[in-house]
Amino acid sequence: MATDADGGLVFKPMEQFEIQSLFGGEIAWYTPTNTALWMGLAIFAVILLLVVGSQKRSIVPSRSQSVAELAYGFIYKMVEDICGKEGLRYFPYIMTLFMFIVCANFLGLIPTAFTPTSHFAVTVVLAMAVFITVTVLGFVKNGAAFLGLFWVASAPLALRPVLAIIEIISYFVRPVSHSIRLAGNVMAGHAVIKVFAGFAAIAAVSPVAVLGITAMYGLEVLVSFIQAYVFTILTCVYLKDALHPHH
Amino acid sequence: MATETTGADVAASSPGMPQLDFSTWGNQIFWLVVTLVVIYMILSKVALPRIAAILAERQGTITNDIAAAEDMKAKAQEAEAAYDKALADARTEAHRIVAEAKAEIQSDLDAAIAKADAEIAAKAAESEKAIAEIRAGAAEAVQQVAKDTAQEIVAAMGGKADAKTVDAAVTAQLKG
Amino acid sequence: MEGELAHIGAGLAAIGSGAAAIGVGNVAGNYLAGALRNPSAAASQTATLFIGIAFAEALGIFAFLVALLLMFAV
Repeated sequence: MATDADGGLVFKPMEQFEIQSLFGGEIAWYTPTNTALWMGLAIFAVILLLVVGSQKRSIVPSRSQSVAELAYGFIYKMVEDICGKEGLRYFPYIMTLFMFIVCANFLGLIPTAFTPTSHFAVTVVLAMAVFITVTVLGFVKNGAAFLGLFWVASAPLALRPVLAIIEIISYFVRPVSHSIRLAGNVMAGHAVIKVFAGFAAIAAVSPVAVLGITAMYGLEVLVSFIQAYVFTILTCVYLKDALHPHH
Repeated sequence: MATETTGADVAASSPGMPQLDFSTWGNQIFWLVVTLVVIYMILSKVALPRIAAILAERQGTITNDIAAAEDMKAKAQEAEAAYDKALADARTEAHRIVAEAKAEIQSDLDAAIAKADAEIAAKAAESEKAIAEIRAGAAEAVQQVAKDTAQEIVAAMGGKADAKTVDAAVTAQLKG
Repeated sequence: MEGELAHIGAGLAAIGSGAAAIGVGNVAGNYLAGALRNPSAAASQTATLFIGIAFAEALGIFAFLVALLLMFAV
């Protein structure tokens, strides 16, 4: 972007998101790229956290085991609270989404790391998976009664068609906002850190820039978790709509 | 929007947003699907059943421990009740023994007192008898002495003392 | 010329981030006000809080996205 012609500041906040082939060459659909590497590391982190952590099966949990139990209990309770008992069938699915997003986000915070979740390709697939699953599930479970989701029975009759249009639009906007929220948050945070890092080249403002990077990093740690949480909780809410369409 | 980037996107240093470079989408989606399937398999086959088992086991242990504690408590209460009962029994037994002993002692005492009373009464009667004898003896002696003295006195006075008359007179005087 | 206009547009779109900040602050502030009035009900509403914040923030992210598109993709 704004590469100053007279050799001043160089901001390349988007460079960090480039997909690169690990071993060079063209990027085909099967090429191992940096995104594949960091997704693999996310799998590794999930294994480390949930499988290795719980290996001892002790009644009084060790630290790593309590982290695994905490993650389990956190998502389990979320699914149970929002979707009810019948939502627990889809608990492994939701847990998969949460663990992947949270691990990818946190691993992406390591300096020079690559964040898979900052790419729309990834989040759009995640969101579309949720959207399609929920829609199909809604029709399978409730049949045509699922359309009652768009027909607000508590509203005055004259308003209902208008509301139905609004509901349908908002229903189809769901995957868009669902995916763009996650990728946008992660991307924005990383880009802002990169911009601050660009300012660090000027000696006079570099302390402020480093301070800014630190502060943004702290915020990003928070955002990484909250976005994973929000993605998961919205998945639960959509799932609830599919299981009980009458609100 | 990404029309001109896709063309010039062979090199790594392409301008624009890498997110909108659709030539890499296939790659990312492929690896994402692989990743998700792997994580799903790990979670549903290994991690989640294990953690669920651990949590269930812990819940069971806690429930069992609580039940055991309740059991212990009930047993302790039972033992306390038994102890209390034994104590009360012992106390009544002691009371009974004390009362029995007291009664026995009382009867012994009564018997002893009665015996002593009887003995005392017998002794008293005997003594009374002896006293009466002594008294009678004494009275007789006094009479004798009086008769003798009277006879002597009569004789000394020069009268002829008929023993029988003196005797009668003395006796009458003594009675008088 | 066109590129400069796009940069101006990107700057204007960035105002949306500030608007989203107002929205998020509104959600969180009202939650806090309600939570202080009735602390016992606060814990049950944290999920709703985060959903509300997420919705408010998503629109700010849209503005950010528009800015990015104007900067890099147009």
